[in-house]
Amino acid sequence: MLSRTADNLFWLSRYVERAEALARILEATQRLASLPVAYAGSTNEWESAVNSAGCSSAFYAKHEEATAETVVDYLVFEKDNPSSIVNCFEVARHNARAVRTALTVEMWETINGAWLELRRRPERQLVGEEFTRFLGWVKEIGLRFDGSASRTMLRNDIYSFSRLGMLLERADNTARILDVKYHLLLPEETKVGGGLDYYQWSAILRAVSAQTSYHWVYRQSLKPWLIADLLILNDQMPRSLAACYGDMVRHLDDLSRGYGRQGPSQRIARATRAKLENAGIEEVFQNGLHEFITGFIGENNRLGAAIHEQYLA
Amino acid sequence: MSTALFDEMSLADGSVRTAYAKLARWLKEAPADLLNYRVEEAELLFRRIGITFAVYGDQQAQERLIPFDIIPRIITNDEWTRLSKGLEQRVDALNRYIADVYGRREILKAGIIPNDLVFQNAAFRPEMAGKSVPHDLWVHIAGIDIVRVDAETFYVLEDNARTPSGVSYMLENREVMIRLFPELFAQHRVAPVERYADELLATLRSLAPRSAPADPNVVLLTPGIYNSAYYEHSFLADKLGIELVEGRDLFVRDDVVYMRTTEGPQRVDVIYRRLDDEFLDPLVFRPDSALGVPGLISAYHAQNVTLTNAIGTGVADDKAIYSYMPEIIKFYLGEEPILKNVPTHRCREPEALAYVLDHLEELVVKEVHGSGGYGMLVGPHASKEQVELFRAKLKASPGGFIAQPTLALSTCPTYVNSGVAPRHVDLRPFVLTGSDGVRIVPGGLTRVAMKEGSLVVNSSQGGGTKDTWVLDE
Repeated sequence: MLSRTADNLFWLSRYVERAEALARILEATQRLASLPVAYAGSTNEWESAVNSAGCSSAFYAKHEEATAETVVDYLVFEKDNPSSIVNCFEVARHNARAVRTALTVEMWETINGAWLELRRRPERQLVGEEFTRFLGWVKEIGLRFDGSASRTMLRNDIYSFSRLGMLLERADNTARILDVKYHLLLPEETKVGGGLDYYQWSAILRAVSAQTSYHWVYRQSLKPWLIADLLILNDQMPRSLAACYGDMVRHLDDLSRGYGRQGPSQRIARATRAKLENAGIEEVFQNGLHEFITGFIGENNRLGAAIHEQYLA
Repeated sequence: MSTALFDEMSLADGSVRTAYAKLARWLKEAPADLLNYRVEEAELLFRRIGITFAVYGDQQAQERLIPFDIIPRIITNDEWTRLSKGLEQRVDALNRYIADVYGRREILKAGIIPNDLVFQNAAFRPEMAGKSVPHDLWVHIAGIDIVRVDAETFYVLEDNARTPSGVSYMLENREVMIRLFPELFAQHRVAPVERYADELLATLRSLAPRSAPADPNVVLLTPGIYNSAYYEHSFLADKLGIELVEGRDLFVRDDVVYMRTTEGPQRVDVIYRRLDDEFLDPLVFRPDSALGVPGLISAYHAQNVTLTNAIGTGVADDKAIYSYMPEIIKFYLGEEPILKNVPTHRCREPEALAYVLDHLEELVVKEVHGSGGYGMLVGPHASKEQVELFRAKLKASPGGFIAQPTLALSTCPTYVNSGVAPRHVDLRPFVLTGSDGVRIVPGGLTRVAMKEGSLVVNSSQGGGTKDTWVLDE
């Protein structure tokens, strides 16, 4: 297939995934920010939402303070923010148009429908329940896109590239949520009986839609190291780093089998997966959770660059 | 020429032409609600599948739907047989003419076409003079615009020998109609159009250069997503199962064209290009073109790749050459044209110019190189100022214009706000010419002027489309 087509598909899926991740971060933030200080602590949740979205410097160039209004406006609607939800759909639709022929009708209709819907949206701030409904809608688009891809696409290289984009972005999002909140998960920060962090932990799980999964897997109340274990090492949890890398290695293997040759992408992905498979959570904490996560984000970016170099350029 | 309006469904005395009998009955019995509902459904279908077109100079409406009329236009089998013979003849002549103009120039030597109409034509490509093209065919995909004025007479209004568009509407209109009106299809034997994609692919494959492998790699070259016909490009690539490429996806090495793929470079044998000549290769044509492929023309001259249509075919389809088509057909084929030309005044000829200036209020004046319904004067509908503006233009450069009588274009029943009403239509059938023969699918794109009394059917001027039914009985 054309390199440009593969590139468009890859980024199309990345942007849909990014929009969905933003919606979940915002949902968790809104919930946490509405709790009394006695439960949620005095940290500015909107500030950490901006950090999780990975756009703090651009944000503060535009706004002095991270408040519900400024953050929602910036992460959802801002035209100058290339990763605002609105722009994510704009780019996704642009790419989808460029690769119409590679998409199934169902995928195209999901993206095109979302884009049309956003265009019809009234030009004003969404308030209260409207905003919640809007975030639900964004998540639903992600689900529909993902679902139609898995139900309607041929399992060929087109499918692999679109999945790789989604998985790389997903791993990046999970890692960045952890990166912003890692200090809450460190053992020395947990005060016995302290209720403060409980809601923070629960917000982390909420941001990756994993509260129920947590209880199924561990069958106990929230423990920070178990949350880290779930999000980093548990390959049953679809947004964990381990699960993303397991799937990415599979798709990269499919590509190398189909094309009859391997390259740096396969090697990097396999090395990172091995690291995630072999690590235990105690070891991760001993060597430093923060270092582990920043190291991972770097590796993940290197994989993105290698995929670009090998296939998309 | 008759001046009374000819409606393709209803005769002047109120009776209905035979081919339309069942449709007329159905229209009469269908409740208004039903038609409204189907219109909405059709709109929704088109919007969802993403058929949009961009109008140049209209930022607001960058993606707008072409109005679709739900009432089909009907052509009988006899009418179609005559039309398709005429189309085949005409495209054959166009191909011979172009080969001659870039080859031995016999028609010029015979004094039938004035030299300056060829050599001073902006679409003439000196780069092609003396060059041969694969299979000696130039116009592989032609769109011939046809109008009808009475029960017997069809005229060719225009030949499109460069990169004619609209075929996606022909195909999508039919798909939508089959979904919306199964009961009408059950009552009529409508010749299918869906094999157009297969016919086009077979045509393109037959045109591969002789050096190409038995299974040639065919691609469609588009200017990109901002082009007004991008939807059609992607639609066709999809239906044909070929890659939709942009200039930057291709490169040339040692006079061979390759495309950049995820598996490395892959050779390209046939390029169905929807990009104008002057953008194809910055080394030969416009150096500022970022849409083309450096070295493409060199590969083309080396006969390592086929371009469809060939370069320089525009020399056959402007409105000045149009007026010579009857002579061109006679010269190469020794036959009378089966399809008539609209009588045309060539303003470059002094007597014709004098006549045109005297009759501006009755005539349609067109720019020789204009297209899309821009830059034309429809005398009977024009204001005094417009008429005077064209008078000045005509005097300044008479060679740039032709004039034709205002035709009483046929009308078809069309569903508009006030109900079912007659609106003017034209027809663009598509003629495919491969090394293994000519293929024409029965039908074409019917364009309809949605405004009452309007004769301009171009989508850029608010025209709509209809499904075109050739009855197979």
